[in-house]
Amino acid sequence: MSAETGSADFHASSSKALLDPSLRANFRRAMDGLMAKRAAQFPDPAEWEALRSLAASIRARTLAKLPELLDALETRCAANGIRVHWAETTDDANEIVLGILRARGATRLVKGKSMVSEEMHLNDFLEKNGVESLESDLGEYIIQLDGETPSHIIMPAIHKSRQQIARLFGEKIRGAEYTEDVDALTATARRVLRRKFFEAEAGVSGVNIAVAETGTLVLVENEGNGRMSTHVPPVHIALMGIEKVVEKLEDVAPILTVLTRSATGQPVSTYLNLISGPRGPGEKDGPGEVHLVILDNGRSRIFADQEVAATLRCIRCGACMNYCPVYTRVGGHAYEAVYPGPIGSILTPQTEGLAKRHDLPHASSLCHACVEVCPVKIPITQILVTLRKESAHASPEFLVKGAGGGRDRLEDLAWWGWRMAHVSPLLYKAMSLGLRVFGPLLKGGAGPLKAWTQARTMPRRAPRTLHDLASEKGLPDA
Amino acid sequence: MPDARERILGRLRAVKPHAFTPSDFSIVETKTWSPAARLERLRTAMAAVRTEFLDAAAHDWPETVRAFLVAQGARNVAYGPATEAGRLLAAACTRAGAPALVPYDRPVEDLKATLFDDVDAGFTAVRCAIADTGTLVLWPSPEEPRLLSLVPPLHVALLSAATIRDTLLSVLRDEGWAKGLPPNVVLVSGPSKTADIEQTLAYGVHGPKRLVVVVI
Amino acid sequence: MKPEAVYFFGTCVVDLFFPEAGLAGIELLKREGVRVIFPRGQTCCAQPPFNCGHHAEARAVARVQIALFPRDLPVVVPSGSCAGMMRHHYPELFAGEPDEAAAIAFAGRVVELTQFLVNVLGVRLTDRGGPETVTWHSSCHGLREMGLEAEPKGLLAQLGNVRVAPLTRERECCGFGGTFSVRYPDISSAMVADKVADVVQSGASVVLSADAACLLNIGGALEKTGAAARPMHLAEFLWERTRER
Repeated sequence: MSAETGSADFHASSSKALLDPSLRANFRRAMDGLMAKRAAQFPDPAEWEALRSLAASIRARTLAKLPELLDALETRCAANGIRVHWAETTDDANEIVLGILRARGATRLVKGKSMVSEEMHLNDFLEKNGVESLESDLGEYIIQLDGETPSHIIMPAIHKSRQQIARLFGEKIRGAEYTEDVDALTATARRVLRRKFFEAEAGVSGVNIAVAETGTLVLVENEGNGRMSTHVPPVHIALMGIEKVVEKLEDVAPILTVLTRSATGQPVSTYLNLISGPRGPGEKDGPGEVHLVILDNGRSRIFADQEVAATLRCIRCGACMNYCPVYTRVGGHAYEAVYPGPIGSILTPQTEGLAKRHDLPHASSLCHACVEVCPVKIPITQILVTLRKESAHASPEFLVKGAGGGRDRLEDLAWWGWRMAHVSPLLYKAMSLGLRVFGPLLKGGAGPLKAWTQARTMPRRAPRTLHDLASEKGLPDA
Repeated sequence: MPDARERILGRLRAVKPHAFTPSDFSIVETKTWSPAARLERLRTAMAAVRTEFLDAAAHDWPETVRAFLVAQGARNVAYGPATEAGRLLAAACTRAGAPALVPYDRPVEDLKATLFDDVDAGFTAVRCAIADTGTLVLWPSPEEPRLLSLVPPLHVALLSAATIRDTLLSVLRDEGWAKGLPPNVVLVSGPSKTADIEQTLAYGVHGPKRLVVVVI
Repeated sequence: MKPEAVYFFGTCVVDLFFPEAGLAGIELLKREGVRVIFPRGQTCCAQPPFNCGHHAEARAVARVQIALFPRDLPVVVPSGSCAGMMRHHYPELFAGEPDEAAAIAFAGRVVELTQFLVNVLGVRLTDRGGPETVTWHSSCHGLREMGLEAEPKGLLAQLGNVRVAPLTRERECCGFGGTFSVRYPDISSAMVADKVADVVQSGASVVLSADAACLLNIGGALEKTGAAARPMHLAEFLWERTRER
């Protein structure tokens, strides 16, 4: 089932995932670990609040000045020798990348981790066009080997156990024996990818932050594959969404500290790679060409809607999914989307449209755990409720793609009935009486009642309500 | 006919600007330590992620590094021959006869196979460092290329303790980085690592397996 | 500063399923010398349709509630989620409406019961019950929308004979989420199952919460599994343990 064919349904995929004990155990353990590491990085609540307010203000400033900053970014990049390309759709972006490669006759490419490239389904596109596109981040390499997509935006192979990876390497990598030793597995990946870095004719990366002030692409990583992909091959192509820019170089510092701490519980990543141009005069290494592809893919539409534009503040830390009780239980693949978890539940319906993905905004108990840990203060639950509203009603004032796409006449009727029962004290009393009289007769065999009783007993209306007791006690009415 | 750029920017410009409030940087500006405390903090932070330290004196660090490389079994070391630190190290190695020298004095195209397959160590100076996070600021240049600190499995970095500063913010502001950066700047906080396999830490993925910081 | 009177908004779940909790809340307030007014026309804070995006229906019912509490008195609510709905979401629900000002004024007077007991009344409790082990479920909206943590825990700490055995995941959602529990029943069931297992491992005889919706959910699941622990609203627990016999 895929989002593209419009048949993605989180109901089915999540129910299936819940039945997989090893998936549940893997994710529970992994999320517990990530939550503990993140919490250890923010021991002081006052410092955390101040930091996230700062990071939120930086990202809000980006959105306030977005067209101006993108223009400035392009001007500075161009002055630095970086060629900037603009793509409205993922198809356009794929064609741009292919064009760059074809111009150089490049057919072997190495990739650093890039969620935008996942939106583009870049690897599939390039393979179909005769270009080998090899993931070099260990987690991405593992899932590519297994023909899968990432299940988490920071740790793409988080759903895989050591044994699964050992089996995969043993089967798919020439010369690799079966071993569950993590160091040995890592050494194998190092050996294979080192060859690929050496031979690659092009390198692709994402962009964690682009700086308008200096025309700089900031890349964060721990492994070194990002530097390998962006320094060794003669061509470097960087992919970014339109929202990933900040105004000033100094804005990078607070963003980075909340990013690494929120994502993996590290005060800093092993490497911070600042790219401001291709190989300079006299330089002995670095790519001769650096390209930046700026992708829209529905973001400008989100930007235009004040109620949901905060979605674009996201710095892709993944903390929201680490803390989400729903994500923890079903994993990332159940979302059948590029971005899973809470951020995925607000971003995906907006880029794919509510007609296709009205299932996602409801896939939340609105517990606010994500809101509490978002380092840029995206009001995720508020946006979920807004999307639920825009899914249930088609109104010309709703800017979202596919407004009214989740409209359900039966549900409309149910809420109309609920309203009748609660807007009039008399009808409320009648409903209350009805619950008392007919409640015990409800066996919970169908619909919502059946859903409720699969894990719980039917609630029983109390013999006397609080209204009854209040009157008995003679409490004043006004 | 407007191109993609014009259409995208056009859509963005048509929107009434979103509100924003000025950013208050004080929470990141107030982090500061004494010079002695800075070195201590840097060592602790870097050692926590398996960085190794080699203490040396300002007058004989080249011999200390040379002897260390030999003791580690390094047959050779790549370096930037046109840098002052590189020249000093090279002199020490030449005097002693080991390790062998691989001057990175030509385009990578002419050195790539050697660099990838035959070099045991890479040596670089360090522009300055950051106490807050235990981070070295490397400033690749024509004299000291990027791959020295990336490709060889062992990276030896020469750090003058006097250049350790408080935070990334203080460094980039004090040094005026906003005025313009070279094509590449890289901040290194330890040897290469990953936790992608069952969140278990493993070192030496694609970047150097070992980072040795020589403090003078 | 202690007001001479307060309004009490019982909430629909308390009214229909946990009325003793509502009465207990009222008694706790009266014991501190506060007159409690209970407008009889009250029904529901309208959180269910609001959360589902049916805001016109939510507004219609919210309007009726607001009109029942006209005097400038605190509106005390024995539920973190209902208090959160009225305090934080009524202004948003009525944005641009002709009665927006009235909604904002009302929202500003809403206060959750334990926060009122602790921060306004400075209540001191005397434990008259025997030794008992309880556990505390924090309830998401109470915790994260109303910041409810110190107050309920502070009240429990005043009960000398009560031991609070912590849950391993006290702050994790119980899986109710209103209609989420029937829209995504498999996920909701998995969440409440974990919460029930957590309650059982704590060894507590009672699981307490300041939100009756969570109690409906957790209690129903405890009963279905035949576990010994029973659900109780914090207000009812406090009243039972401290009232003079």
